[in-house]
Amino acid sequence: MQWLTQLFSRSRRYDDLSSSIHEHLEERTEELMEEGMPREDAERAARREFGNVTLMEEHSREVWQWTRLESIAADAKFAFRRLRRSPGFAVTVLLTLAIGIGANTAVFTVLDSVLFKPLPYPEPGRLVALWLEAPGAAGLANFTDGLRLSPSLYFTFAEHSRTLQSVGVWQVNSANVTGLAKPEEVRAGLVTDGVLQTLGVPPAAGRWLSAEDQQPRGARRVMLSYGYWMARFGGDRAVIGRNITIDSQPREIVGVMPRGFRLVNQDFDVLAPLAFDRNQVKLAGFGFEGIARLRPGASIAQADADITRMLPIWMDSFSNGPGTKSHFYETWRITPALRPLKQQVLGNVGNVLWVVMATIGLVMLIACTNVANLLLVRVDTRQQELAVRAALGASRGRIARELLLESVLLGLLGGLLAMGVAYAGLQLLAAVGPANLPRLDEITLDARSLGFTLLLSLLSSMLFGAIPALKYSRAGSALSRGSRTASTSREHRHSRDVMVVAQVAMALVLLVSALLMIRSFQALRTVEPGFSDAGHLQTMRISIPESLVPDPRAVTRLENNIVDRLEAIPGVTSAGFAAAMPMQGNDPNWDEVRVEGKDYGDGDPPLRLFNDVSPGYFRTAGTRLLAGRDLTWDEVYGLRPVAMVSENFARESWGSPSAAVGKRMRQFSGTPWVEVIGVVEDVRHNGVDEKAPAIIYWPAMFNSPYTPKPTIDAARGVTFAIRSDRAGKESFLTEVQQAVWSVNASLPVASLETMQTVYGRSLARTSFTLVMLAIAGTMALALGVIGIYGVISYSVSQRTREIGIRLALGSPKGELRWMFVRSALVLTGVGVAIGVIAAAGLTRFMKSLLFGISSMDPFTYALIPLILISSAALASYLPARRAAAVDPVEALRAEG
Amino acid sequence: MAKNPEHRDLFPGALEIMILQSLRLKPMHGYALVKHIKQVSDNLLQVEEGSLYPALQRMLKEEWLESEMGTSAKGRPTRIYRLTAAGLRHLEQEVSSFEKMFAGITRVLAVAKA
Repeated sequence: MQWLTQLFSRSRRYDDLSSSIHEHLEERTEELMEEGMPREDAERAARREFGNVTLMEEHSREVWQWTRLESIAADAKFAFRRLRRSPGFAVTVLLTLAIGIGANTAVFTVLDSVLFKPLPYPEPGRLVALWLEAPGAAGLANFTDGLRLSPSLYFTFAEHSRTLQSVGVWQVNSANVTGLAKPEEVRAGLVTDGVLQTLGVPPAAGRWLSAEDQQPRGARRVMLSYGYWMARFGGDRAVIGRNITIDSQPREIVGVMPRGFRLVNQDFDVLAPLAFDRNQVKLAGFGFEGIARLRPGASIAQADADITRMLPIWMDSFSNGPGTKSHFYETWRITPALRPLKQQVLGNVGNVLWVVMATIGLVMLIACTNVANLLLVRVDTRQQELAVRAALGASRGRIARELLLESVLLGLLGGLLAMGVAYAGLQLLAAVGPANLPRLDEITLDARSLGFTLLLSLLSSMLFGAIPALKYSRAGSALSRGSRTASTSREHRHSRDVMVVAQVAMALVLLVSALLMIRSFQALRTVEPGFSDAGHLQTMRISIPESLVPDPRAVTRLENNIVDRLEAIPGVTSAGFAAAMPMQGNDPNWDEVRVEGKDYGDGDPPLRLFNDVSPGYFRTAGTRLLAGRDLTWDEVYGLRPVAMVSENFARESWGSPSAAVGKRMRQFSGTPWVEVIGVVEDVRHNGVDEKAPAIIYWPAMFNSPYTPKPTIDAARGVTFAIRSDRAGKESFLTEVQQAVWSVNASLPVASLETMQTVYGRSLARTSFTLVMLAIAGTMALALGVIGIYGVISYSVSQRTREIGIRLALGSPKGELRWMFVRSALVLTGVGVAIGVIAAAGLTRFMKSLLFGISSMDPFTYALIPLILISSAALASYLPARRAAAVDPVEALRAEG
Repeated sequence: MAKNPEHRDLFPGALEIMILQSLRLKPMHGYALVKHIKQVSDNLLQVEEGSLYPALQRMLKEEWLESEMGTSAKGRPTRIYRLTAAGLRHLEQEVSSFEKMFAGITRVLAVAKA
């Protein structure tokens, strides 16, 4: 701290020094006067003896200074004053930098928080997702990213593993909570023992679910999420030990998980035990996500080997019931492919983020070239001054330092503004909340972001500052060239040309990427999703737990009643329901179907997606009936052996939709044959960009094929589709809720959204990337055009004399204009050529983001160069026209 | 350093020693220091003002001296410099190292004469 007090006591020191010297001179003068000298002479003599007072004061002061630092400070002050004197320049540069650096900081922050930061669990490096591959189980394993675990697999791994410290499986379902305010549907995380132990985050209150809570017939317990605890109980700790009614069953609250805790990548409201009965579980039931914590020192490869060892144990220890071959699953060729949990959480979002980061980085480079150009022009006008300073003894380093300092000052000020831009950008991102961006709530502007901004500010200012500094620190010869505003030297023009070429090339890469995304988006929009007029299709999810309505027939009747009430609402043209509607992430079931008369050899038929539908559902959703007819309620209640199928299944099995009607199929060899009564168009069930799966539609009530004796079962969790012009309106939603509650007041209504919202979410990844690239591409184009305009415009102003001479010698104006436009076109042409090559190489990396077009789409590669060249022509024509308007007399006289 | 050819350059550290030694007798202001050194050395040594004031500032920074407001011989306000404990320690170290050096030089010269 001493230097600080020194800094502040400095001016006092300086005063003291002056007074000392002053007194010194006075005394000497008086002495000389005592010797008889007249005062004037005495003063003069005293001063002569003393020497140069100012110099000495300076030397004395230097003792207290850091000379180097202070001269830099002086330079900075000077640079700052100069910037204030040209506000236009300063504002342009600062805005460019603020937006450029700000955008980069925002994207970096997202990248850092999402990709780089470890997951918010202790020792996250040892967490793995239990990922199994099963190439032999088509459908089941392909679509759901690997094969999920069955309860019996969980027990096998938990009991026999040598490499896993803890292991658990989990699932997120919906559940109904009643008895608090109005009935509501909550997200219930269902976990086995080992899930919380694996994640290792201690509870905020109370305790974890214990192994004892997993007893299938034990006491019913539950934990709450922090958010749900706050929202429903105001964070009251006395809630521990109280009961809460979930799916009509009271459960004791034993603990609360802390804020920000997520079940891997899922939010939840309540956390309940899965409570599997080990004696009842079968081999099948692959519906759970598995996580594990490796033992210290164990590697993923060792764990894979461990799992491979355990799979036969699994098949030996469990079965699918009497008469089934337990080693049947060998045909599925199940192999472990454990992966770090982080990879599971992130999915393929890294791809998108890297493309966005690269894009924004390119924009920053373009922005830097533009700023460098501006600085070059600015320094050009100071050439005289710099030459004079060099002649007076300023060293090359000193001049370079001053120029660089100005750039760094600009960079740092820009960086400061950029923090605001980044903050606003992240707020916007959080508000938009792209559905497929994981860990969105973990994104914050932190010290690392600040560090990145600082680094980027410094690096970019070095980049755009180095060019003028290098060029003009050798300005010594400028004086000898005289004061004539002659044409620019070839060298300076050359560096600006290179920058324009680079800008055009970079802009081309960005625009090509943006257009590829736009074309992908268009291609996605033309895909027939399997429903129509999504904006007028209201969806609503209702689940009817067994504890509320035990009888399956009553469930179907209740659902039927709801449909009738919904259809009675004014403005509703039709209503229906299905176990799952497209693109909402629900897969009711996957299983085999055998088509009559088809030989499957030794193998098994592939797995198909099963859905359960009500009569009128397809008409409501707008899914076209291609052949046959819809179901009737009589068929549903009568448990008639009928079903409907999707077009692709019909074509695959019987050749055409119409040929399918009246044909028969069944699930297993013992089950009765089922007649196909209708064929509907294909539905993009898993998203617009995923292939439409083959789907078998069963009636909403059916005989379960999974029990030894025929047992009636009904779709208990269903999505209602309501066709109405009033879809999405607030008053309409209230009426819909009233209609449901008039049938049963304990039923919560969830996921009230229009199909348009669902559809938009399905396009979210593409549209997010598209918007980012479109913004970047537009910025690049604008910056590129400004760059070309600037260069040509500057070269016109520098070549006024030459233009004057040409005009005086009779050069036609058209030719003169063409001369400037041509030089711009040559630069653009070179930039385009380089850019096309670069784009061809770089866009390969975005293949996974494209849909329906190749990364070498000829249309894109033709259009973008055309846009760039015509923009360049326009940008250069304006200054070129000014050149042609030069009055030769004026131009030559100005030379004086 | 010297304007007068009769006065040869002082070696490094000599000026500091003389200032410290002078101030050890009593606190003084700048001009008094110059006069004191000139007098005591019988005009053999002359302190140049051009070196004095920067040296004083250096020594203030090293905290060998402290300065306070005082009055000059003529009764006008000026800065009086005073030796600190640290300055005294430094002076004693320097003096002993000088003495060794002088002794060495003297012996070498004595041998050369013989």
